[in-house]
This record gives sequence, C-alpha cells and structure tokens, in this order.
Amino acid sequence: MQTPAPFDYERATSVEGAIASLAEHGPEARLIAGGHSLLPMMKLRLANPEYLIDINDLELSYIEERMTEVRIGALTRHVELLDSELLARRFPVFRDAEEVIADPVVRNRGTIGGSLCQADAAEDLSAVCAALKANVVIKGPAGERTIGMNGFYLGPFTTAVDGEEILTEVRLPIRQGAGSAHEKVERRAGDFAIAAVSAAVWLQGGTIADAGIALAALGPATIIASRAEEHLKGKAPSEELFAQAGEIAKEDCTPVPDGRGPVDYKRHLAGVLTTRALRRATARALQQEVH
Amino acid sequence: MDVTITINGQEVTADVEPRQLLVHFIRETAGLTGTHWGCDTSNCGACVVLMDGKPVKSCTTLAAMCVGHEISTVESLERSGTLDPVQQGFHELHGLHCGFCTPGMLMTARALLNENPNPTDQEIRTAISGQICRCTGYKNIVSAVRWAAEHEAATKQEA
Repeated sequence: MQTPAPFDYERATSVEGAIASLAEHGPEARLIAGGHSLLPMMKLRLANPEYLIDINDLELSYIEERMTEVRIGALTRHVELLDSELLARRFPVFRDAEEVIADPVVRNRGTIGGSLCQADAAEDLSAVCAALKANVVIKGPAGERTIGMNGFYLGPFTTAVDGEEILTEVRLPIRQGAGSAHEKVERRAGDFAIAAVSAAVWLQGGTIADAGIALAALGPATIIASRAEEHLKGKAPSEELFAQAGEIAKEDCTPVPDGRGPVDYKRHLAGVLTTRALRRATARALQQEVH
Repeated sequence: MDVTITINGQEVTADVEPRQLLVHFIRETAGLTGTHWGCDTSNCGACVVLMDGKPVKSCTTLAAMCVGHEISTVESLERSGTLDPVQQGFHELHGLHCGFCTPGMLMTARALLNENPNPTDQEIRTAISGQICRCTGYKNIVSAVRWAAEHEAATKQEA
C-alpha cells in the first residue's frame, strides 16, 4: 500500500494567506493543487513535504481575454484548457496538447500552474507556454513579479518560483498573424512523451516575423530552440525552411537514452516533430488548415 | 484532523490523518467497498469516483481535499432496487469478467452519459482511456455504454 509519509495540512483561503503560510513553515512546506504529480511523488518518497497548503479554494480558475493578452489562472484544470473555445481559436496548440496529456480523468484534476511548477522536462504544457512566449505572474512576500518563460526553468524540476512564492497566472500575448501547433509521440495513450514539440509562428506580410519552438522530453528541462527560432525570422514560410529548422532543433536538443527510446531515435523525432509543428502552425496562421 | 465528506448524499465524519487518501476514506471509514483500489499510481482507474459530478481517481486525492465536495461512488447508481442503465448495460452485454475495474468504468460511463447522452464509440473509448481492463479487451465495455445510452434515450422518449 502506497501512502504518503505524514504531514500537516491546511486549506488556504487567499493567495496572501498561502504565501504567509509558506513563509511560516519554511522549506518543508509545499503547495498542492490537483496533486496528480505531487501525491505520486510523495507516495514514492521522492518528495517529503512536512506541510501541505491546499490552494484549490483560491479563485485562480479562469481563462479570459484582456486587451492584448489571454490570461489563464494557475488553478485552471486541464479539462478547462481542452474545452476552451477562446484558447482553441487564439492558441490551438493548447487543444493539440491537452488531447494527449494524461487521460480524461487525470485532466479533471491537474492544473496549468501545477504542470508548469512541476517542471518535468517531458511535460507538454511547459513547451506550449514557452513556444507562445508566455509570461507568468509570481506572487510572494515581496510582492508580484512577471517573468517570461525563457527565464522560468532553472533546471530539471526547478523553476524561478521561490519557496515562498506562488505562480498565480499565465499570460499569453495576442499578436497578429498567429498560428500554433503541438506534436507528440508517445508509447501509449496517456503516457509522457517520447518527444514532443510546440511551435508558434507570427506572420506579417508573407514572412515569419517571429517564431517560438519548444521541445519536451528532449533534455534535462523544457528546451527553447532559440537558434531554430532565429533561423525562421524574416523568411517566407516553406517546406524547406521548416525542414532546416527541424535540423537545427535536432542538433540543439540533448536527449538521454531511457525506456522510451535511444538518443538517435529521440533526435530524429525532434527534427520531424519540429517540422510538422511548424507546418501546421503556419497553415493555421494562413487559415489553410482543413479541420 | 476531523474530516466531513458528503458521500452519496450522506455526510461521513471521521478523525483521520491528513495523508489519508480518498479511496481509503471511502472503503475503510465509510465502509463502502464498491470502490476498488488497484494500482495506487493513478494509472488503472479502478478507484474512480465522481467529485462534484466529475470522475476523479480517488487514490490520488486526499480525503482532506474533499471536504465541502460531493462524492458519488458506485453504490449510488442503483436506486430502490433498480439498476442504473449503465449497470444494466454491463449486465446485458457482459461488460465485465473479473469485475475489478467495473466500479471505475461504471462511474466514468455515468459521468460521460450525463454530459453527452449520445456518445460515439470513439468518445466512449476516449472517456475510459484512463482506465484499464485486463479481461474484456474493452469491446464489451464500449458496447455496454452504448446500450445504456440507447436505453436511456428510449426511456426518455416513452416518458
């Protein structure tokens, strides 16, 4: 029988209260939202928090368009991201990814904030948010700060969110000519990726004004393929260009061999999936994709 | 800590450790052993119950997290001696063999039909994709859920 080691439990009623409690209980305190990453780790003693602060009652579950961005509350669950028509229209990469994240029952509990903060290199939403060049709002004892996804991951399972801080919101900038897509290869339904790639393009006057490419399960943390992104900028989209970006992503990833496959296979996937994701993202930007 | 959870419409109160999982609260504290406890790792789905109408894996939910929420287990399906259509479907079309996965399958099927009364076979397969059955090959389960959907539609038409 697997049960977590003993801990004390509290239900937070406000963001400020959760932050104060984190500060009071120190490094052995952890926030819990959906719990579908943390509880399995606690059962295996890979995580041993002595104090859990349940944040499920906080009013951080929403998806809304505000002027130049879409804002997603950290407690928004996978199922809500999957079902959101606003996200499907603005950032279809979300629905692509959500359809293949875990299974429908797990998606009823897991949250976007939890997924990002778990910082598992193989997790899909981290790649989605990185490709979309999202910003995240982090609140702590010193107040609120906003950082880009390019500064969010510090290493495997490590983020810029400090021990006394809480990620409260994800902000996705709305820009003209946008298209996005997620491509994933997994061993079986609901599994973590063998490799996955999120891509976004922003077209302007027939050329790629900006691009975002992020790789999951292809290194120690989510990888932003910035050299491949730069290669696309200012060029007209074409099959040849997508293949070149794929080659660069293939070179720049750092997969390790494991039960999901050897390094050369994963590198091969990095290239192929980058090319496919860019092709689909661009077709969507041009509104050519047939649904 | 004192925990009060509404299970199948009845409040159950107990002094439990914060680490107690919902599945153990349901089975040991409430004494409702219809919910099965399988893999412990949120993979098999035998422990699925409804939380505010949505299927969740009770092995990966703390009992303490369910205070203030409505939990429904497989025991809630049968009403005054009449089986729920999904139970009837599993009975009619042999949607089980050993029966271990059945409580979870029934609850997920019930939640699916509540939201989508006429699902396609693909939608049924997607809905139960987080649950494992080692006996049936799933074919009979999908047929049973389909039977329930058709049976419910017919009953509604008659009424």
